This record gives sequence, C-alpha cells and structure tokens, in this order.
Amino acid sequence: MSAFGKFSIQTAYKRVHGLGSAGAGTEHFWRQRVTAVALIPLTLVFVVVVILATGKDYDAARRLLGNPFVALSMLLFVGAGISHMRIGMQVIIEDYVHEDVPKIALLLLNTFFSIACGLACAYAILKLSFGG
Amino acid sequence: MVQLALPKNSRPVDGKAWPKPAGANRLTEFRIYRYDPDGESNPRIDTYWVDRDDCGPMVLDAILWIKNKVDPTLTFRRSCREGICGSCAMNIDGTNTLACTKATDDIKGVVRIYPLPHMPVVKDLVPDLSGFYAQHASIQPWLQTTSPEPEKEWRQSPDDRHKLDGLYECILCACCSTSCPSYWWNGDRYLGPAALLQAYRWLIDSRDEATGERLDNLEDPFRLYRCHTIMNCAKVCPKGLNPAKAIAEIKKMMVTRQF
Repeated sequence: MSAFGKFSIQTAYKRVHGLGSAGAGTEHFWRQRVTAVALIPLTLVFVVVVILATGKDYDAARRLLGNPFVALSMLLFVGAGISHMRIGMQVIIEDYVHEDVPKIALLLLNTFFSIACGLACAYAILKLSFGG
Repeated sequence: MVQLALPKNSRPVDGKAWPKPAGANRLTEFRIYRYDPDGESNPRIDTYWVDRDDCGPMVLDAILWIKNKVDPTLTFRRSCREGICGSCAMNIDGTNTLACTKATDDIKGVVRIYPLPHMPVVKDLVPDLSGFYAQHASIQPWLQTTSPEPEKEWRQSPDDRHKLDGLYECILCACCSTSCPSYWWNGDRYLGPAALLQAYRWLIDSRDEATGERLDNLEDPFRLYRCHTIMNCAKVCPKGLNPAKAIAEIKKMMVTRQF
C-alpha cells in the first residue's frame, strides 16, 4: 500500500493523470454559489414566516401561506435550500468516501433523500396555500 | 473511507534518548521522527540535546549539528540553507516549513520534527514526493504557443510581468500541499495548492497561448474543485505566497468563460 493506492507498478505520472479530466465541475461550483446567494434573502423571509406562525393555530398558518408571496417565497426557499444541501453533501461524500461502490450508493441515497425531502416540503406548502 | 489513523506498523513509538553533550551551557531538546525502511520496527521518536552555543541559529543548523556530532544516521534533505531550494521542508513544531529559515529560538520548549505529513516516508525526515512532482508535470509548466516564433524573445509588457509576482517565486518545497487536509484525503486526484499555483502562473502569463487547454485540463471535480479554501497553504508557505488566492482566481476564470 502507498498513499497513492494499492500496490501496482505504475509511474507517478500515470497515477496522477488517472482517467483524465472529467470536463465538469464548474457548473456544480457555480450552482452552489447561486443557491448560497439566493438563500440569504430567502432565509430571512423564512425566519419571519416562522416567527409569524409561532403559537398560532392551523387556520392562521393556512391564511399566512394562502398569501401567494409567502407561499412562493417558501417554495423558493425549499428549492434553493434542498439544492444547496444536496451539493454540499455530495462534496462531503466525495471528500471522505473513496471506494466506488459505497460512494455511488451514498450519492444515490443523497439524491433520493433530497428529492423526497424537497417534494414533501413543497407538497405541504402547496396544500396549506390552497386551503389545506 | 478516508484514513484517519496511521496503520499499526506506522505509528511512532518512543525511541532512543541520546546523551546530553558534556559541558554545554545552553541546551535545547529536540524530538525527531525516525524511520528505518530496512528494519521491521515501527517509526520512533528519538530525543536529542543540542548545545546551542556550538551551533547556528536555525533548525537546520541544529539537525546538522546532531548529524555531525551525535547521530550520523539521522537522514534529511538539505541543500542551499537559505530558503531557495526547498529541500529541507519538514514539519517543525506542528507546522510545515523550511528548517533553514526557521529559527530555533522562535520555538517554545521542545522542538518536535516530523516529515511532511501524509506522504510515504522514504527514511526519517525524507518523504516520497514523486506524486507531488508528477502533479507539477501534469499542469505542463512551460510556455506553450501556436503563433510563429518571434525572431527574438516573446515580448511581455511590464504590467503583464507584474501579474506573475507572487507566483513565480514558488520553490516547490511541498509545504503547502502537504498541509492541506483536502490533499491528505484526495492527494491522488486533487492536484494540490502547489501544482495549482503553478497552473495559474501559466494561465495568466500574457505570452502563453494554451490558456483554454490548460483550463480544460483542470475542469474536474477533483483536480481543481477539491480546494475548499481551508487556507492552510497560505498560512504555511515559507515564501509568503498565497496558493489559495491563485486557486480562487482559476475558479473565477472557469466561471468567466461560461458567460
């Protein structure tokens, strides 16, 4: 074993060159920045909405989310937040999990979990917004 | 998974305590990582006492004093003794730096010396840097042009030349790359701060005509984008350079060419 993988006779350059450049990465990097910027105002709106709904009953929450501005802001918050979360978790998995099979499995789980979470949140918002 | 602890046979154990030199007034204790590839035993931490009145001010002076006067088997790389060759890069007092430009007096208490972190150890303080050098080679660190060769030199304006300041000074000592956690975990696929600083040095060279191909080569989730702006590279660079900034500039170029 060496720091560069299991025992194999390869030149250092061969190991560094690997499978070549994937030709991707910037899109991912940029999306993380775009969602981060979007989340600054959206999180503020989210916090205000949570404060407004605190201690109120179900009807009050329904009325609050019945406002299209509030409902759309919450949908955007969920969309940007989930997308940001998924990218962030993907980076962590890629950083720390190196074996192909567990890595691909975790990346799949990450995608499924994010989509399920996002859809559940969106469904709840829409249901309340349209009169629950 | 990422390797969080050393394998059992790589964990350092207590080593030999060498005798204090006789008749010395000013002694400093050094604990130095030793590994002998010819034996079966674990690496060990040896203790040495250095007579500071009999040796120069830098850590390199002290380990040369040890090698000359106490233990000739202590192995390390050194050459220029003035911070320009990068040979004596090692982990001193918890930070990667050059032994020749680190003053022993700047370290409080015991001086602890290890090889550069997370690299295979050849012997004692000598790490195997072949992967590191191959990463440097992979960014093709030379001028590439398509235009016909000019009769004299490729011309560059003083303003364009200034853009290379803070980049060309890199001596490839590997202090930055081996201090980077991202490089520790993914050093086989992430190019690391040193190679990327050099990549940027050629990307912004006004004479170089391979900018697009160079960016294509770096357009990869691992080669470039494993940098998470941890900034250890900028903190440890013994030449005061900022590889993290160079990497951020490369990412900016990547985004710029999309819009």
